[in-house]
Amino acid sequence: MKPIIEVNHISKKYRIGEKQSYYSFRDTLTDLAKSPFRKKSNKSEFWALKDISFKVMPGEVIGIIGRNGAGKSTLLKILSRITPPTTGEVILRGRVASLLEVGTGFHPELTGRENIYLNGAVLGMKRAEINNKFDEIVEFAEISKFLDTPVKFYSSGMYMRLAFAIAAHLEPEILLVDEVLAVGDVEFQKKCLGKMKEVSKQGRTVLFVSHNMQAIQSLCKNTILLKNGEINDFGPTDKVVNKYLNTGLGNMTMKTWNNMKNAPGNQFIRIKSAKIIDFSNNKNSLFTVKTPLQIEFEFWNLAPAKINLSLVLWSIAGECIFNVGSDSKSLEKGLYKSICKIPADLLNDNAYSIHLFFVKDMSIGIYNHENILSFEVQDVEREGNWYGKWIGAVRPKLEFNIEEK
Amino acid sequence: METNFEIKIKPIKTNFYLNFKELWDYRELFIIFAWRDLKVRYKQTVLGISWVLFQPLVSMVVFTVFFGNFVKIPSGNLPYPLFVLCGLVFWTFFSNTLSFASSSLVSNENIIKKVYFPKVILPLSTVITGSVDLFISFVLLFIVGFYFKFTPSILTLIVIPLGYLISFLTASGLGLFFSALNVKYRDVRYIIPFFIQLLIFLTPVIYPTSIVSSSSKFLFVLNPMSAVIESTRGVIGGNLSVDFLALGTATLIALVIFFFGLAFFNATEKFFADII
Repeated sequence: MKPIIEVNHISKKYRIGEKQSYYSFRDTLTDLAKSPFRKKSNKSEFWALKDISFKVMPGEVIGIIGRNGAGKSTLLKILSRITPPTTGEVILRGRVASLLEVGTGFHPELTGRENIYLNGAVLGMKRAEINNKFDEIVEFAEISKFLDTPVKFYSSGMYMRLAFAIAAHLEPEILLVDEVLAVGDVEFQKKCLGKMKEVSKQGRTVLFVSHNMQAIQSLCKNTILLKNGEINDFGPTDKVVNKYLNTGLGNMTMKTWNNMKNAPGNQFIRIKSAKIIDFSNNKNSLFTVKTPLQIEFEFWNLAPAKINLSLVLWSIAGECIFNVGSDSKSLEKGLYKSICKIPADLLNDNAYSIHLFFVKDMSIGIYNHENILSFEVQDVEREGNWYGKWIGAVRPKLEFNIEEK
Repeated sequence: METNFEIKIKPIKTNFYLNFKELWDYRELFIIFAWRDLKVRYKQTVLGISWVLFQPLVSMVVFTVFFGNFVKIPSGNLPYPLFVLCGLVFWTFFSNTLSFASSSLVSNENIIKKVYFPKVILPLSTVITGSVDLFISFVLLFIVGFYFKFTPSILTLIVIPLGYLISFLTASGLGLFFSALNVKYRDVRYIIPFFIQLLIFLTPVIYPTSIVSSSSKFLFVLNPMSAVIESTRGVIGGNLSVDFLALGTATLIALVIFFFGLAFFNATEKFFADII
C-alpha cells in the first residue's frame, strides 16, 4: 500500500518582513531611502521548517507537537496548500480538508442555516453533501431553534458549537486539524474529542496539532515532535510526549562562562552565569504553573558603581509579562550573585524568554543581554474535565472565596 | 481506501492562465461567494434591494440638474437624463466591479489564511453581484427610454452582451491587478476611489465624445468603456448602425487588460497567505 501522505525534504523560508501584517508604499519608500544601495540582507531570513520528511499510511492518526514557533502550523499550512514550501515536495493521495480554525468564513450577518452552506463550501463540501448532513450538523450543534437567526446574535458557545459541528461532518480522506479543542465548554470538548475519535476509527487519516498532551495521547498512536523547524522525533506517542515533557526541549535554562574574557559584557560588566531552577527542590527540569522558580545570575563588576539589575520576562509571542528591578547597591570591583524568585501560581503555561539589564545609578543602562535564558512552563492536570487553554498573561492564585452569608 | 487521486505540492508553480479544470472543481464555492455577497449586501438597510434602483436614479437626477441644466452639456439627439443614464448603467457596473474586486482578497483575508482554494474566484465572483445590479439598471434604462419615447434598435441585442463582455474583462482585469497589489500595499484602498473618479472624467459618461478636441480623442480609443458607452447610447436612441471598429478595438484592449491582470495575479498568488 502506498503512503497517503509523503513529505519529501520540505523547507519553508520566511523573510521576517513577510510576517509583518501589511506594507504601504510609504514603508517601501522609506526603506528605499534609508538604504538605497544596499541589497536585501539575508539576516532577516527565517527558516520555519528545515528538511522535513515523513510518511503517513492510510488510516493513521498522527499527532504533531512542539513548542510555539517550532513549525507545527507552518507544516499544516503547507500540507493544506495555503502556502507553498520553499523547497521539497509533498504527495497527497487523497482529498484533503484542513481545519486550522473552526468557523472559517462565517459571516455574522448570515443565519445559522446560511452559514452551514457557506462554511461547508469553504471547507470543501459539495452542496449535495451538505444537504445530506444538514440535520446531523444541526443536531450535533444543538442550535435548531436558532437556525434562522443571524449568527451575530449567537452566544460564543453556540457559535463554536455550530462551527465545530460543520467541521466534524467533513468526510475527506485526509483531515488536518490544528488546535480546535482549545475552545468551548467542558461538555462540548468531550463531545469534540469523542467525534475526533469516531473520525479516526472510520479509517480516515488525521494529522492533529495540539498543545494538549492528554488529547494527543488519547487520539494518536504515533506522534511527530518538531523542534526549531526540524523533526526531533517521530514514534509512538507515549515515548515522544514523555521526551517532550521531560527534556524541556529547546529551553536554555543554564548558561555559564568561566573565562571572563569570553563572557558577554563590556568594560563595566561581565556575566559569569545565568540559570533558572526549580526552587522547591524537586529537581525537575519540567516546570509547571505550580513550580516556584529561582533565577540566578553571577557577574563580574569591573568598575565601582551603584548597580541594579532589571529583568524583563517576555512570552514567546513577544508580549512583555513583567519587568522587575533589583535593589540598587554600591558595588566594588568583584564577583557578585543576584537572585530573583518567581513564586508558584504566578506564570501561566507558556514559553518565556528573559532579558537582563544592568543599570547604573538607577538611570543609565550599562549593559543588556537579550534572551539570556528561555524556559517553558507547562500546565498541570486540573480538577474537572476541562482541557482548554487557560487564558491570561499571568495565572496568579488570588484569594477568591465563596462564603455562606 | 484506494484512490487514484493525487496532489503534488511543489515550491513554485506560476502559470499565467486560468486553470479551468480547477475553476470548474471549485464552481460551487464561486457561486457561494457570489451568493454571500448578494445576500449580505443590503442587510440592515431600510431600502434593501431598492438601493440598486436608487443609485443610478439619484446619479441621473444629480447629473441632469448640474451638467444638463446648469452647464448645458450637449447630449445629441437624446434628452440629457436618458443620455447620462445610458452612460451610467455600464459605468456603475464597471466601477462597482472594479472596487469590489480590488478589496475582495483583503476582505476575505481570514479565509485565505486558513483554507486552500483558487484565489482568483474571489475577485471574479464579485462580477455576479455587479451583474445583478446591471440587469436591474437596464430595466430602469428601458423604462426611462420608453418614457422619453425612444425605441431601442435591434442592434441592442448585440451591443449589450458585447458591452457586458468588454466591461467585465476590463473591470476584472484591473480588479485582479489591484486586488493582488492590495494584498501587499493597502494604499490601494485609498487609490481606487480616486482612480475611479479620474476615469469617469476620462470616459464619456456625462459628456459626449463629440465635444472633445480631436487631439485628445486617442484617449477614448485606449479606454474600452468609451466605445461601450457611446454604442449603448446609439442603440438605445434607435440607431441602426454601430461603430464596430471601435467595439472591436475595445474588445481587444479589454482582453489585453484582463490577461495582464490575470498574469500579475497568478504571479503573486502564492505569497498571498504569507503577507496578507
